[in-house]
Amino acid sequence: MNLWLDRLFTYRQLAVGLVIILAIVLLGLVGPLFVDVGGAKVGVEIPDLTPSLEHPLGTDTVGRDLLAVIIVGTPQTLTIGLIAGVIGLGIGTVFGFVSGYYGGYADTLLRGAADVFLTVPGLLILVVIASSTKGAVNVQTEALVVSALAWMWPTRTIRSQVLTMRERSYIRVARFSGTSDPRIIVEEMMPNLLPYLAAGFVGSVATAILASIGLEALGLGPQNQPTLGMTIYWGLYYTTVMRGLVWWWLPPIVIIVLIFVGLFSISAGLDKIINPRLRSTT
Amino acid sequence: MTAVLEARHVTKIYGGGFFGRRRRTRALHDFSLRVDTDPPSITAIVGESGSGKTTLAHLLLGLIAPTLGEVVYQGKTFRAMSGEERRAFRRDVQVIFQDPYDAYNPFYKVDHVLAKPIANFQLATSRRDSVKLMEEALEAVGLRPADTLGRYPHQLSGGQRQRIMVARALLVKPRLIIADEPVSMVDASLRATILGSLRTLNQDFGISIVYITHDVTTAYQISQNIIVLYGGSVSEAGDVELVIQQPKHPYTQLLIGSIPSPNPRHHWKSRAVPFDTSAVGSLSSNGSCKFVARCPFAMPRCSQLHPPLFQTDEHRVVACYLHDGVPITDARVMDEVFVR
Amino acid sequence: MTIKSRDLLEVKDLRVYFHTRHGPVKAVDGVSFRLHEGERFGLVGESGSGKSTTGLAILRLIKPPGKIEGGEIRLAGVDVLGLSEPAMRKTRLGDLALVAQGAMNSLNPVMRVGDQIVDALQDHGVQASRKQFADRIGQLFERVGLRRHDANRFPHELSGGMKQRVCIALAISLRPKVIVADEPTSALDVVVQRQVMDTLTDVQTDLGAAVILIGHDMGLMAQFVQRLGVMYAGELVEISPMDDVYAEPLHPYTRLLIACLPSLEQKGVFAGIPGLPPSLLSPPAGCPFNPRCPHVMDRCRVERPVLQEVAPDRWVACHLYPRAA
Repeated sequence: MNLWLDRLFTYRQLAVGLVIILAIVLLGLVGPLFVDVGGAKVGVEIPDLTPSLEHPLGTDTVGRDLLAVIIVGTPQTLTIGLIAGVIGLGIGTVFGFVSGYYGGYADTLLRGAADVFLTVPGLLILVVIASSTKGAVNVQTEALVVSALAWMWPTRTIRSQVLTMRERSYIRVARFSGTSDPRIIVEEMMPNLLPYLAAGFVGSVATAILASIGLEALGLGPQNQPTLGMTIYWGLYYTTVMRGLVWWWLPPIVIIVLIFVGLFSISAGLDKIINPRLRSTT
Repeated sequence: MTAVLEARHVTKIYGGGFFGRRRRTRALHDFSLRVDTDPPSITAIVGESGSGKTTLAHLLLGLIAPTLGEVVYQGKTFRAMSGEERRAFRRDVQVIFQDPYDAYNPFYKVDHVLAKPIANFQLATSRRDSVKLMEEALEAVGLRPADTLGRYPHQLSGGQRQRIMVARALLVKPRLIIADEPVSMVDASLRATILGSLRTLNQDFGISIVYITHDVTTAYQISQNIIVLYGGSVSEAGDVELVIQQPKHPYTQLLIGSIPSPNPRHHWKSRAVPFDTSAVGSLSSNGSCKFVARCPFAMPRCSQLHPPLFQTDEHRVVACYLHDGVPITDARVMDEVFVR
Repeated sequence: MTIKSRDLLEVKDLRVYFHTRHGPVKAVDGVSFRLHEGERFGLVGESGSGKSTTGLAILRLIKPPGKIEGGEIRLAGVDVLGLSEPAMRKTRLGDLALVAQGAMNSLNPVMRVGDQIVDALQDHGVQASRKQFADRIGQLFERVGLRRHDANRFPHELSGGMKQRVCIALAISLRPKVIVADEPTSALDVVVQRQVMDTLTDVQTDLGAAVILIGHDMGLMAQFVQRLGVMYAGELVEISPMDDVYAEPLHPYTRLLIACLPSLEQKGVFAGIPGLPPSLLSPPAGCPFNPRCPHVMDRCRVERPVLQEVAPDRWVACHLYPRAA
């Protein structure tokens, strides 16, 4: 028991981060049991109500119960992050391994592409892409658009890890044991890269969510879905700040901040696993 | 006698190039060696840092490609080999690395390092046979399977890990093992056991060994023939008894004389040694003896052309103009002076 | 040869434990020895024997989770362990200098080597003009076999041997009484090693300083030290003059250690020491060497032997030898 508490304390950042994200996920999963999510549709409720027992966060100008909006919108924002994160990590892993292990032309090409995309202002590209597909945007397509930004960092991180690993003796020993190159990547390198892959995933998700909120706040998101970013957009559209409608514009921001605090804590916690030197001495 | 692994006039230059960041260094210069595994032999390659011995190890193992010259196995360069031939090479030539910590994938138990070659080279047909093979190999190097199998690398000592590596090499039954500083990171009391295992591999299993090290004493103890490298070239080579007990090359003499003897009555030879100020590696002139800057016997011709291998004894060659006048040996067949 | 020199450094029952999650690792467990003025003393042992930790403890450079649990260290009568931190800082380099393992890698890469020594001198309160410093550094460098203008170089411009000489120059810059050299040549080639050790001998004789050479290379010890202490599992098992250690080792571990050294004179059988060094977390009861000792007796498994003088200047911790009267 002592060992577990001790472990928990050492990795408290990771634990805290996981708890926060878990809580937010639960909000979306368990919320519908307590709150009528039908209220998130346009025109269902009486518009512009201040917070009351029936509508704890009031309603917006087009008749949506804001609490229901948060409960429905949060999982959507998380989904965007998840899809884009998975795609970003998937591409990043493949590119990173190929680039790092094989080197040569593949490396120059992939690394160059990643570098170029990293330096180009991502949001501008997304704005261009999103505005050209404006009418047809839904949560899934937005996720795809955003994942265009999510693959570069994993590619670079994984590539540098692979470069280091490639020179390790145990990789050479594996070659002398007759293991083929693809199997070396999967069997020998991948397991040791799991913390980096996890960290890359978290980073991708964070980037994706941030980008999606940015896009949505500019009005380029799915118009009919009450994602967190869209709620902010509508909040701006209906000048809620000036009108002092705190219960409208504040909750999505709080949730977003919590998501990022959670993701950051997870990332810092993973850092500690990867780099034992960051662990405090007992 | 079929030549098995051969380095033919191999030169390796690092750095340089059009966008080169580092200064060009010639790690190995015009090196040739033929390692024949019939009859099984133990050859030591001795050199200090910057001598090119690590580069040579990597070249012989096919981990890097030479800048000039070629490394040939069974008559074919690595590039020219088919997939099948390459696999045969990976089976016939095994390696033991210096670092017993780095040679293990920390994710897996130590069994992994033994099981992989068995699986890849199809050395056993069933799981039970596979385990039996692993146990036999471990016992052959003096380890108890019950104490080693099923453990993670960090649970074993450096000496045990290195012995497992020897067991692994034995398992594959190669024709040649290239051991790159296998005992330098192991404690003195455990070194002997590992070296003993290597000798067993050679005497009982007929495996040839190329033992690469900076430690002249262990090289002397284990090998029949020795090659002394300095600055990327051979300075002296031949029967280990001759080279060590009666060194003829000034560098070999300096090297042997600098080895501290554990017997306090045998003092370090008192000859003062010129201090080496050629700090970082350089692209020394192609046409000079590498040792000329430090050699107490340097003559003008030493700076002009690198001396060839003069055969001063039946089983020894020296690359030094002090011994001019005796027949010259072609570097390619240097191994012909070796004791068999 | 003086019969009785003043005891310069006295270490009594030193204990250094590293506190880990699994319990205390007893890296140094009751080490006692004396160092005479101007003497060259060696501390030899394999990895995990506690030799480096002993050296660092003398300089109070043990960092958490390590802690000096007990014992006494007296330098010319002064209680080193009782000094305040500022006083200890003055003592380090001023009276007790360290040439550490890999010291050459701890030189500041962006500072000229001469300036690094000036830095250290100024830290110790030495005030002088630039020219005076330059002169002093120049002399120091020449003393260690470098050239004066090498002081203007950066570390990466120097070879390993040269860098290690800079570290020796730093160590002697304030004329310390004791120099602790912890594996000072382990990263160097045999030829360079000899040059560096020759330099160390020169400066040591010149200064009249005592040197504690810590290492695992018995050959190096034989060529440099006058008296040798053999460490095993955190304990000193034998202290004898170097000639005697080689000719007639007393402790079974020392005997086996010397026997397993390969020789350059003739080929022989490969003999190691069977078994493994003990865990310092849970060392065996009694003598730590008992599981591997060829002469083990029942008593050895129960009672820990005490280091005692069984012949003039010959100390050993082993039940094979009768208790001193």
